[in-house]
Amino acid sequence: MDAKTEKSNLIAGETGDWEVVIGMEVHAQVTSNAKLFSGARTEFGGEPNAHVSLVDAAMPGMLPVINEACVAQAVRTGLGLKAEINLSSVFDRKNYFYPDLPQGYQISQYKNPIVGEGEVIVDLLSGERVVVGIERLHLEQDAGKSLHDQHPQNSYVDLNRSGVALMEIVSKPDLRSSEQAKAYVSKLRTILRYLGTCDGNMEEGSLRADVNVSVRRPGDGFGTRCEIKNVNSIRFIGQAIEYEARRQIEIIEDGGTIDQETRLFDAKTGETRSMRSKEEAHDYRYFPDPDLLPLELTQDFVDEIAGSLPELPDEKRARFIADYGLTPYDADVLVSERESVDYFEDVAKGRDAKQAANWVINELFGRLNKEGLAIDDSPISSAQLGGIVDLIKAGTISGKIAKDVFDIVWTEGGDPAEIVEKRGMKQVTDTRAIEKAVDEVMAANPDKVAQAKEKPAVAGWFVGQVMKATGGKASPQAVNALLKSKLGLE
Amino acid sequence: MSVDRATVFRIARLARIAITDAEAERLESELSGILDWVAQLDELDTANVEPMTRVEAMTMKMRKDEVTDGFCAADIVKNAPQEDDHYFVVPKIVE
Amino acid sequence: MTDLTDLTIADAREGLAAKSFSAVELAEAHLAAIRCANRALNAYVLETPERALDMAKQSDARLAKGEAGTLEGIPLGIKDLFCTKDVRTTACSHILDRFTPPYESTVTANLWDAGAVMLGKLNNDEFAMGSSNETSFYGEVVNPWRRAGSDAPLVPGGSSGGSSAAVAARLCLGATATDTGGSIRQPAAFTGTVGVKPTYGRCSRWGIVAFASSLDQAGPIARTVRDAAILLGVMASHDPKDATSADLPVPDFEAAVGQGVKGLTIGIPKEYRVEGMAPEIEALWQQGIAWLTEAGATVKDISLPHTKYALPSYYIVAPAEASSNLARYDGVRYGLREPGKDVLSMYENTRESGFGAEVKRRVLIGTYVLSAGYYDAYYLKAQKVRTLIKRDFDQAFENVDAILTPTTPAPAFAAGEKSGDPLEMYLNDIFTVTVNMAGLPGISVPAGLSSEGTPLGLQVIGRPFDEETLFRVGHALEEAAGPMAKPQDWWSKS
Ligand SMILES: [Mg+2]
Ligand SMILES: [Zn+2]
Repeated sequence: MDAKTEKSNLIAGETGDWEVVIGMEVHAQVTSNAKLFSGARTEFGGEPNAHVSLVDAAMPGMLPVINEACVAQAVRTGLGLKAEINLSSVFDRKNYFYPDLPQGYQISQYKNPIVGEGEVIVDLLSGERVVVGIERLHLEQDAGKSLHDQHPQNSYVDLNRSGVALMEIVSKPDLRSSEQAKAYVSKLRTILRYLGTCDGNMEEGSLRADVNVSVRRPGDGFGTRCEIKNVNSIRFIGQAIEYEARRQIEIIEDGGTIDQETRLFDAKTGETRSMRSKEEAHDYRYFPDPDLLPLELTQDFVDEIAGSLPELPDEKRARFIADYGLTPYDADVLVSERESVDYFEDVAKGRDAKQAANWVINELFGRLNKEGLAIDDSPISSAQLGGIVDLIKAGTISGKIAKDVFDIVWTEGGDPAEIVEKRGMKQVTDTRAIEKAVDEVMAANPDKVAQAKEKPAVAGWFVGQVMKATGGKASPQAVNALLKSKLGLE
Repeated sequence: MSVDRATVFRIARLARIAITDAEAERLESELSGILDWVAQLDELDTANVEPMTRVEAMTMKMRKDEVTDGFCAADIVKNAPQEDDHYFVVPKIVE
Repeated sequence: MTDLTDLTIADAREGLAAKSFSAVELAEAHLAAIRCANRALNAYVLETPERALDMAKQSDARLAKGEAGTLEGIPLGIKDLFCTKDVRTTACSHILDRFTPPYESTVTANLWDAGAVMLGKLNNDEFAMGSSNETSFYGEVVNPWRRAGSDAPLVPGGSSGGSSAAVAARLCLGATATDTGGSIRQPAAFTGTVGVKPTYGRCSRWGIVAFASSLDQAGPIARTVRDAAILLGVMASHDPKDATSADLPVPDFEAAVGQGVKGLTIGIPKEYRVEGMAPEIEALWQQGIAWLTEAGATVKDISLPHTKYALPSYYIVAPAEASSNLARYDGVRYGLREPGKDVLSMYENTRESGFGAEVKRRVLIGTYVLSAGYYDAYYLKAQKVRTLIKRDFDQAFENVDAILTPTTPAPAFAAGEKSGDPLEMYLNDIFTVTVNMAGLPGISVPAGLSSEGTPLGLQVIGRPFDEETLFRVGHALEEAAGPMAKPQDWWSKS
């Protein structure tokens, strides 16, 4: 049995267990101002054909000139995927006809991509860890968009996307379940967003996956695969794989065979279906684009990018666990989104990281979740939350009062220290005042005092009474210490 | 004949050029003639020869990431055989 | 005053500067000549008299202010492969016959910036695919030259047949042209004009309808070597919009003209002595050798062993690249559209009716050699052969400064004579195509007349980016050959 086969990943069929094998080609839109080979803008949307240059529309005699920033982004991504960077790579033409492909070919990289083999480590909620091999990453042009519902007899073509730079990131067939596949895409998305090389916006199509699915008996060689094109949400990736694996298993169990084909995922039905327009076998006639010279990079160019790489999620996670004593779960929660980790690190900076993590994960994330807000929309800034943590640390407020302050800042805004000051929420640390309250409570309850001598747990009741008497502002530590000595519990 | 009739039709389909049977017949012999003639390259042993990828020792220069183009939709669709609201219009595509 | 249309560019420039005549007069003289001649020669596919006169007027204004550019007021014809802003540009193909580009090619923009005047767009083989200008959608161009004692129309060469015919027939002072396998030099040889194919990368390809991207180069056709040098100096530039454009300064080509050939070593490649070459071509070649020796050059026999493989490898590389370059003509965004029941048949019908037979043949050959399972055997093989051809030249240029060959294996042939057999037509490029495969510069200079009384040309091939040596050698040949005869005017009808 394959080392990667986990019993829990197997799918039970009528004739026994099946293993699904998944490989992914993720198309990630490169974050850049201008397109890969033209000076038109990359911004999503826009009036039809507004973000189109003569080059993107493939007017006669127009020529491509490569955008350095897109090259740098591909290298940066390669480095982030711990992959080898090819100092020499070649752009090829992939020839086929389609109305949204103006040149009649896509400029892509075929035999010599800019980035070679790398890997992505994927940690699942179950604690399972999968190392997914990256086969390659190459740069290519996006196509335009064909709209089919504007007119009964016609399709409409908009070339705003035409020529936008994409990174196609090809994984090895190392994934064995829809959960793994979803986690892989999330992780990849996280890495790209840390690197700033792709915004990861799946609704706008900045990240989409072609999913290759096959099934086999555990231990057997690879089965025939089907490619599900352009799946544009992580949830859909999971659904598509589940459906496709079941479909293939049923066919094989019924004595049929799988046709290697391209399929589409229908989000409405949750099913995959064969693409009719791709019936004809493709023959892309790849050859090096004679309008472009080979792309040659210097080691210095690569080193400079390597020097500017941010700390990536795996490194951060390890550091949070080792240095901050966070649980792997908490560390995962924090590192999975770049915005979250940035927020957390702002709060943690110069403070107790564990306490910062608690406040970020439990209070802030809890509240954001409840109200359906993203971290970017948080009404409490990292500085404000840090201020609350500072007040606890300084003993100015108790953890309990801090939650009230959090609530006030959430709804009304403002500086936590000022709020505490103005509203008299400061913790009472004046021992004389607390002592007075303790004495009063003890004097009023001689029976309890007697009980406490035998049952030290009753001291807790006194704490509550004293806190009540001081309006919750007494320092719990001070109350405890005083009670212990006065009740003679030491 | 290095090219048969079926191949002529397959190639014409790939190149998106409609051809008649008569044309296919003519093309079959013309294309075969050309391919037979270029087959003289087989005399050369090129096993250890690098393909030419550039004429002179030039490296590809790169452009800055600046928006310098676009916002000329009227020019883009000006020559279009069919156009609507700055979209190109084609017969309905079935996916 | 001599006929204004008979001037060289150099002379016209002087005359304009001396106010002997105005740019408007110069333009009008040419427009009149075109009106009288074009019906017979079909050199222009589009005349732009209004634009010409308007540009000439502006030239006169600049001349008056002493702000003249290098080509101020010089009337030129433009091959219809160069996109010209707001002026129909078709590559002489039905598929583009309604195309009006909203942009100007870099080469023509350079010309207009230098003050040149556009007379119109010149005929060429469809998408520059041809050696006789018989594949144009707008009909064939007729060579102003005729065989002695014959009225039979001869071809002007191709693909720049409109350019060569117009320059020879005095329908412009000079013309732009393009050369993918010989399309500047062969028509120049057939019409007694000078044609220069510069080093690949010397002129920007931006805005020129592409045929085969790794081979295409723009260059001038003119009546003297000096005029060609003047034109190339303006056409050439480093263009950031073309990734294959050379980032090198453009030398003063005109200054090289007249520097003589003393101290130069000229190579004579034995492999160009091909079977079936007319004896008079061999004689012309020997004459050229003698002229250069007399002028002080040293002549040396050299070997370019892979010469015979240049043409077959060219007929893989060029169609392969063309098949891909011409995929954009699909009836979606511009040009012809023939309706179909769906997108696929719309494509097939459009390209069936939009492309002529030669273009289809090459697109199909190119599609075939790139198709699954054939790439290595054809395209990759041909690109390897290019390396060998280039290596031959590199080795030769260790010992020689330039190479002298005939431009064509025979003089201009009659219309229809070779259009039946593609292979026979392809053999026209046998001496010129090596230069494109290696990316080198080449010049064709008229060197005499054939026994039939039609022009013959000699070709000089140079080191990469050493066009200056070509102008030196070309000029020496021109001087030795003496004034080129002029075709007898049979075409003008006033
Ligand atoms: Mg793919
Ligand atoms: Zn792709």
